Amino acid sequence: MAGAIEIAAGVRDGSLKAADVVEQHLARIAAREPEIHAFNLVMSDEARARAGAIDAMVAAGEDPGPLAGVPIALKDNMCTHGVPTTCSSKILAGWKPPYDATVVTKLAAAGAVVIGKTNLDEFAMGSSTENSAFGPTRNPHDTSRVPGGSSGGSAAAVAAGFASIGLGSDTGGSIRQPAALCGVVGVKPTYGYVSRYGLVAFASSLDQIGPLTTNVKDAALLLDVIGGHDPMDSTSIPLAHPSLVDVLEQGVDGMRVGRITDLPEGADPDVLERTEQAFDVLRAAGATIVDIQVPAFTFGLTAYYLIAPAEASSNLARYDGVRYGLRVEAPDTNAMYGLTRAAGFGDEVKRRIMLGTYALSAGYYDAYYGKALKVRRLIHDEFERAYQHADVLLTPASPSVAFPFGAKGDNPLAMYLCDVYTIPANLSGHPGMSVPFGTGADDLPVGVQVLAGTLCEPQMFRAAAALERAVSAEVQP
Amino acid sequence: MSAVDGLPGDWQLVVGLEVHVELATATKLFSASPNRFGDEPNTNIDPVTLGLPGALPVLNRHAVELAMRIGLALNCSIQRCTFHRKNYFYPDMPKGYQISQYDQPLNVDGFLALPDGTRIGVERAHLEEDTGKSTHSGGAGGRIHGSDYSLIDFNRAGVPLVEIVSRPDIRTAEQARQYVTELRGILLAVEASDAKMEEGSMRVDANVSVHKPGTPFGTRCEIKNVNSVRSIGRAIEYEARRQIDLLEAGDQVRQETRHWNETDGRTHTLRTKEDADDYRYFLEPDLVPLEPSQEWISAVRCALPMLPAARRARLADATGVAADSEAAMVVVDRGQDEYVLQVGAAGGDVARALVHVKEAWADSPSVPAADLAKLTTLEVSGRLTATQAKTVVAELIANGGGDAAMIAASKGFEAMAADTLGPLVDQAIAANAEAWSKFCAGEGKAMGALVGAVMKLSQGKADGKAVTALLDARRSQA
Amino acid sequence: MSERISAAVVEKVARLARLALTPEEIERTTAQLSGMLEHFADIDALQLDDVAPMAQPYPLENVFRDDVVAPGLDRDEVLAAAPAAEQGRFRVPPIIGLDL
Repeated sequence: MAGAIEIAAGVRDGSLKAADVVEQHLARIAAREPEIHAFNLVMSDEARARAGAIDAMVAAGEDPGPLAGVPIALKDNMCTHGVPTTCSSKILAGWKPPYDATVVTKLAAAGAVVIGKTNLDEFAMGSSTENSAFGPTRNPHDTSRVPGGSSGGSAAAVAAGFASIGLGSDTGGSIRQPAALCGVVGVKPTYGYVSRYGLVAFASSLDQIGPLTTNVKDAALLLDVIGGHDPMDSTSIPLAHPSLVDVLEQGVDGMRVGRITDLPEGADPDVLERTEQAFDVLRAAGATIVDIQVPAFTFGLTAYYLIAPAEASSNLARYDGVRYGLRVEAPDTNAMYGLTRAAGFGDEVKRRIMLGTYALSAGYYDAYYGKALKVRRLIHDEFERAYQHADVLLTPASPSVAFPFGAKGDNPLAMYLCDVYTIPANLSGHPGMSVPFGTGADDLPVGVQVLAGTLCEPQMFRAAAALERAVSAEVQP
Repeated sequence: MSAVDGLPGDWQLVVGLEVHVELATATKLFSASPNRFGDEPNTNIDPVTLGLPGALPVLNRHAVELAMRIGLALNCSIQRCTFHRKNYFYPDMPKGYQISQYDQPLNVDGFLALPDGTRIGVERAHLEEDTGKSTHSGGAGGRIHGSDYSLIDFNRAGVPLVEIVSRPDIRTAEQARQYVTELRGILLAVEASDAKMEEGSMRVDANVSVHKPGTPFGTRCEIKNVNSVRSIGRAIEYEARRQIDLLEAGDQVRQETRHWNETDGRTHTLRTKEDADDYRYFLEPDLVPLEPSQEWISAVRCALPMLPAARRARLADATGVAADSEAAMVVVDRGQDEYVLQVGAAGGDVARALVHVKEAWADSPSVPAADLAKLTTLEVSGRLTATQAKTVVAELIANGGGDAAMIAASKGFEAMAADTLGPLVDQAIAANAEAWSKFCAGEGKAMGALVGAVMKLSQGKADGKAVTALLDARRSQA
Repeated sequence: MSERISAAVVEKVARLARLALTPEEIERTTAQLSGMLEHFADIDALQLDDVAPMAQPYPLENVFRDDVVAPGLDRDEVLAAAPAAEQGRFRVPPIIGLDL
């Protein structure tokens, strides 16, 4: 399969037709989507029309942009004007936003072709895509297993070749963990790197949109396109970002790579073994390995599962049956609220709304939410110190390879532990990415997580590219 | 104090006011939809206003500047501040939370001076967003209770508000009226709001309690729906008496929110404290802290216009009336004081100008200041009586200005100077000997007959004041 | 903070969150929240007195927009997506049991 860089180059110079590229991807979708269920909506007609328009632009001597003709899968929590955006929730089923998310506008301006809206854990709450109101997505590498989550649909779509590239959102690991489980590259940028305008909020101070791609260079290109300041997002960083595509070949010679010696336990041996090999690869490429301690790392899970649900409980208050989405009729407005929200939200979403409401409520705020914010500061400060000694840190992206459906049973905490290595970067705002690094148990993909300091995406991508170069055999389903 | 309010016994009133004002911006607090009253429902809407999934707020710089004007005009300190989410459900609240300022408001620790100089503390003046509007249909005539359904218009949702919270320093209903009137004048002067209570761009809630001096403050009730300056006084007086009646009957005042009903002139329980919401305030993660620079604060301070109190003082200095006299209050409230001073600058008499302006115009005077100046000159020189001057002013208004002397001449208001008036006075004294002797004996009533006689002789052209002065002079010489 | 949460508290929280949970759901949620809160007690061991809370990861301040009107949404498009609308407005059942 050609990568996005090659597709865009071919479409721009006329040697490749965007229409043909779309047909190839639609053919793969037709063949395997019934089995995988990566999409909530495949936009065949729109994609064909868009591809035709891009080919016409090229024929007219215009440049459609750096993603010319590249099929992209959008997580179904990004607003697309006139196209249903459901967050895989019954409460938003069929809702057509009257506006586009900033990333959607930027993708259009770059010539990308949106091929569909992908499945997710409802409102991005989950680590397996099992929490979708529209049924789970299956891992293209083993359809008896989960693709990870919550961006499981986008990760699976990219892994299965349904789309050349994809976008996910990452609140506690929702890009990096499914990337690891599906054997693709997944990036959570520095908080504020990519505009959140039009991303349906889960936890506003943690959410970031990022790429899911088959290779590091495509991820760099996609992030170059969607990154940058947006005046519609007050938390968007008002800085110009250097091109990441340009830094990939710079290597890791002299780079300091941190090994966290007090990393929380719980990762499977196969995953730990691969992570060790990753250190070896970077050392061999000229990096220095340094030992780093981040004692508060382990408290990230608790801080996250108080802060994220608290923000979510407020963010999800707008689903009240008044202006859009589901309404369950009732004799009065208050009853309508309760019935609508009880019918519209799934169990995990309700659980987090309850947890978050409790953590913020009178009498409990200081003990839970207030304390969690302090732990967040502690974690942030410890990572800041770590980045004085190391340019990047390596950890597992997920404690295990893809697990079978139902493996976490009805135990929410077991599922929450899937995010133990990815959560701290959301709390601290630092960037992190998962890079496919060989296979583990049952020949399933393993992802190594590269973490870096604020706006140190260039270093992170250089390390990721070095790891990628070392992986000779690409994992293909 | 209680005597003034007519509170029985030695009960004392304690009032704090919370005033919401809509800011006069072009757009909403966090989005680019128009901030405009009276448009077709749901036409000033955007993703932020409607709380659509994915929408994000961005703070309106001009709203901050208007809020700073209010703060500075109320002698507040401007400080680094943050926005919080106040979480509660209501159909006209699109997001399920209101973005407001909580423990770190923009303006703190100011005061408002009433016309008599009494300072009412201003605890804070913070920014927040307005809600939409509900209309209740069916059932009992638009009332919320018993309605069949409600309709929501979000045009007002997201309109910038400043909530000005006074300290409980107000002790009489009259002070409450004065506070609101003065505040309104300040808001208009700094052009922060059109402050129309009838359109809801200025809304007043009153926290009312009673106690006996030397004892702690009593339990307070919050009175909502006070929609005019007049009803502020009525609502507070009613509520104070209600609380006193309870206390004197041995009952307790329950902390609650009460609704003022203009029609029956009473307050009614809206909700009690027990079922008050738990708002779960937390920092709004979609917004960042606000810290106006010293340069910005200075620029806003320097650009502030003269405030009503200072303008009243200036007018008082120029005209000799008291700063808190009705004339000074009214004329400054109507923004006519500058004109009065212009009359003075044009060589006219400001005291007479004050009287004419107050009586002749409800708003901006429609006659060139120089023309009114000329009129006042004629008047103080005794060439026109007060009554004649009024007639000439009416003529000036009808013509949009003109030469007061010519108008006076055309009306036959010939000058009746003191030298021609003297003989007429003597003539009247001679013809009314009985009245004259009574007048000399100190009977004030006799004066009327003498003045009337002079008027008759002068065919109404004599100035009443001049006649009186001459009569007094003759008596002291007698 | 590792105190067990009671069903009564869970019911109150469900009311605050406007979630009409069934008795079974209340029971299950009570058990699950209790289990989580027990786990979350790990941070009680931390000394946090001198730690300032952190609500946002990237320190920005004074982010503004200019007071300029931009085109808004089309009312018909928006109301077409509403569960119920009438006379250009969103229609809801009678508002009772709520703050006025």
